[in-house]
Amino acid sequence: MTQHNPLNGRAFSSDGKHPVELSEHIVEVISDSGEGAQKCAQSFATVAAKMGNGVWTVEIIPAEIQPPARSMAGASGNRIRLGSHRVTNGGDQADLVVAFNEQVLLGRLHEIKPGGIILLENKWAGDPDAGIAQSYLEVLQRLQRDGFRAHEVPMEEECRKCVPDARRGKNMFVLGLLNRIYGQDLEISRQQVVQAFGKKAEKLVDSNLKLLEAGYRWAEDHLDFQFFIPPAGITEPQIVVNGNTALALGIMASGMEVCAMYPITPATSASHYLSEAFEKVGGLVHQAEDELAACCFAIGASYAGKCAVTITSGPGYALKQEALGLACMAEIPLVVVNVQRGGPSTGQPTKVEQGDLLSACFGSQGDAPKVVLAAASIEDCFHLMIAARKIAETYRLPVVVLSDANLATAQQPFPRPKFQEEWVAPPIDQSPVSEGAAPYDWDARTGLSERFIPGRPGGMHTLTGLAHDRNSCVAYGPEANEEAIRHRSLKLVALQHSLKPPRVHGAAQGELLIVGWGSTRGAIEEAVDRLHAGGLAVSSLHLTFIQPLHGGLKEILTKFTKVMVVEGNWSDRLDDELVNEENRRYSDLGWLLRARFLIDMDCWGEVKGQPIKPGAIEAAARLRLGKTDRQTA
Amino acid sequence: MDLIDQFRRANAGQFHPIEDYQGRDARWCVGCGDHTILTALLRLCRDEQLPPEKTVFVSGIGCSSRMPHYLKTYGFHGLHGRALPVAEGIAIRRPDLHVIVSTGDGDCCSIGAGHWIHAIRYNMNMTVLMHDNCVYGLTKMQASPTSPQGLKSNTSPRGAVLAPLNPLITALSVSNASFVAQAPDWIPDILYSIIAQGFRHKGFSFIRILQRCPNFLPDLFDPLLQDPTKTLVLTHPNGIQLDESSARIYRNHFAHDPADMNRARELASNPDITPVGVLYRNEQVPCYEDLRRLGQSFTPAMIGHALDKEFDKFTVQPQCHEGSALDDLELEACALSGSNDRTVPASGGLHR
Repeated sequence: MTQHNPLNGRAFSSDGKHPVELSEHIVEVISDSGEGAQKCAQSFATVAAKMGNGVWTVEIIPAEIQPPARSMAGASGNRIRLGSHRVTNGGDQADLVVAFNEQVLLGRLHEIKPGGIILLENKWAGDPDAGIAQSYLEVLQRLQRDGFRAHEVPMEEECRKCVPDARRGKNMFVLGLLNRIYGQDLEISRQQVVQAFGKKAEKLVDSNLKLLEAGYRWAEDHLDFQFFIPPAGITEPQIVVNGNTALALGIMASGMEVCAMYPITPATSASHYLSEAFEKVGGLVHQAEDELAACCFAIGASYAGKCAVTITSGPGYALKQEALGLACMAEIPLVVVNVQRGGPSTGQPTKVEQGDLLSACFGSQGDAPKVVLAAASIEDCFHLMIAARKIAETYRLPVVVLSDANLATAQQPFPRPKFQEEWVAPPIDQSPVSEGAAPYDWDARTGLSERFIPGRPGGMHTLTGLAHDRNSCVAYGPEANEEAIRHRSLKLVALQHSLKPPRVHGAAQGELLIVGWGSTRGAIEEAVDRLHAGGLAVSSLHLTFIQPLHGGLKEILTKFTKVMVVEGNWSDRLDDELVNEENRRYSDLGWLLRARFLIDMDCWGEVKGQPIKPGAIEAAARLRLGKTDRQTA
Repeated sequence: MDLIDQFRRANAGQFHPIEDYQGRDARWCVGCGDHTILTALLRLCRDEQLPPEKTVFVSGIGCSSRMPHYLKTYGFHGLHGRALPVAEGIAIRRPDLHVIVSTGDGDCCSIGAGHWIHAIRYNMNMTVLMHDNCVYGLTKMQASPTSPQGLKSNTSPRGAVLAPLNPLITALSVSNASFVAQAPDWIPDILYSIIAQGFRHKGFSFIRILQRCPNFLPDLFDPLLQDPTKTLVLTHPNGIQLDESSARIYRNHFAHDPADMNRARELASNPDITPVGVLYRNEQVPCYEDLRRLGQSFTPAMIGHALDKEFDKFTVQPQCHEGSALDDLELEACALSGSNDRTVPASGGLHR
């Protein structure tokens, strides 16, 4: 099949400019908030996915809803990494950036590769405000001085030829521009535009199509470069959503019927989508008066029959801890999603961090055993919800699923799931309880017991958050209390027996094993591949089950000379004057693994609010292999 | 229930006598008002013939919240202040269950006050008994939000400095309030009638019960107990009515139409009177669970079908681009290409 330029029927290179074939490229589109860079970038990513490329997108969002225009902090947009292979993370520095003004660009210069291409709106050169014009020129000169390949693009001027209000249309112009640069099929982009604006008005579709084509044509006529990123060989249908939407779809597929929540960034968009779609499968989103109420509401719904879910982020998770203790104590199934953000306190609402691992495992009152799972990809966000519901109901306990701001807003295509009826929770059990059965008939080996759901004749008992015996009678006796705690603890042991060891990425033995969890998977594995390609014996291990931990881990860990945990939370740096091995605070998983396996292991992480880049992990691993204990961030 | 019907059911083995609802032995102090509330609830279960397996008593923490243990239905004795959100969760998808909540002045008006306000607004179908003894009992004598000003307690040794919160006015002020009543624990018939009215009301029935605490505030309700005329009994065909003997004792009664919100607020806010009866009732306020009901149940096949439709919205079908024209082109070693290619994982690389 020959790829034709859909505007004029010519092949790409008929003008003599040969596209450069690459295995991947990282593109950023940034603008002031409200100028539509995100829509442009997401459309570009979808077109790339339709072209068969591997794609990963990262949102660039300001912390405020309406940050001041033309400000560094106000940069809004997306990074899109597209490749001729499956892309698992946002990568290191960008190859090509489209910026709607020079100020939003300034804050991201460090994110651009030396010599990278910058396409900059040039209307500011002629701005009536002399200060703005001056600023634009200074930045442009700086870009050229610093070796970037800056191209001025008359976005506003060109857009005004198509529409009266150019500020609203630039994003589609830029989409056309990118389509041309990456040799994408403009027809697919056209379909995107029709899909995006079709609901609104025909006129809107027409003007956006005009803008799209204008961008394409402008690039064709004015840019002397073009890239071709061959398809990744993906032929199966893919779902393109972000992690939060994947969570919501997973909830729908799990047969859970109630989601109780309270608005919190960055978790809320899952509930937004769920509010729209949940009723189509018989579900209900309840926006409670607070986080604790949301958790209690979910507990009540679960107690009355079907496992419910509550979705939150770090600060909300802290508030739910009281109720989570009750769910552990009274053995009520519950799924809790914590889309982590920067902490402590209100911290960094829109930023990436993995700081809630230990509070997920050990928070709340006393010994409250619960299951903790971590999603490592967008696809995990979907499938883990189904697994979490099943585990919660089988083991009668809360299952916490950890996601984070990185997964919440990132998009990565994953194979379209084929619905299976066994994903869905069975109907509420209303059968009579057998004679002589007790509400906590703990199995001596597994700690498991049958649930007496209201409505079941003969099962009447009072569930209590107080210490209780098998009959759910309040029991303060020394033996009764130990018996109950022992059995609740045994449930995690029983679950652990069913967990297989995770797959090692790379060789099964070597010099260094990197262990991670959650959204860092793609970056860690990419770093390992690079290190391996550089001749280093490095492998990695990624944990989905944090509590209980997968079986067989010790055997894996001991096959490596060194082990290093990599995660997005703080660990003291040994080059700080007062820090030593006796007082060093390790990273979250670092604490867990050291305590569990009595193996000395280093830990490394970043809390910069951004997804950890493969390059940073690679550098940290190289340092570690250089037999130095000193760390650099 | 009429006697013939009772007899018929008893013969068929379907009738639940009071004993069917009796749980463990109540462990409240002798003389505690909670005992009479339990008695009223047992009678309610019997008279309404509530199926024990379809009845859930929910509570928080405090003396009052021990209630579920003393009834042989399903019970949920949860967290301090959190009875209402749990009860809402139970009721949201189980209209077949009867949900009755016992809470106290600390549980409801202090630590759970936020939930209380919103529970009134949700107006879910449940009966809520707020056992108000104006003091913390289980933690041994601390001032509560409804304690009289000046009360000397372990946390206010020189007397509580704040004026008490008025739970009736608070409840009447929340939008969607649909049933607000006040009952004394020491007049069993009136207490029972009010609870029964609340139970039969479709919506969130909030009943403040003036409850004696013989241990920590033995004299609090003495003026009312010693002089029956100090109690203003609100009567109405749409509320409670006094039988002849009660009417002789409680001579101070007043015909109050529970539909009259303004009068209800006046009665509730007058510091000189203690109204007893149904202050407000509005059957027209919709229940949250009804507003959110979908009107059909979903089979796994239906879920799968709907999910597939959602998937369709997000599905990308990669298009075949094999044998692209570019294969015929020479790959230029262009300076622009940068150094991308070193990042390719094992499976990557140029597809040439």
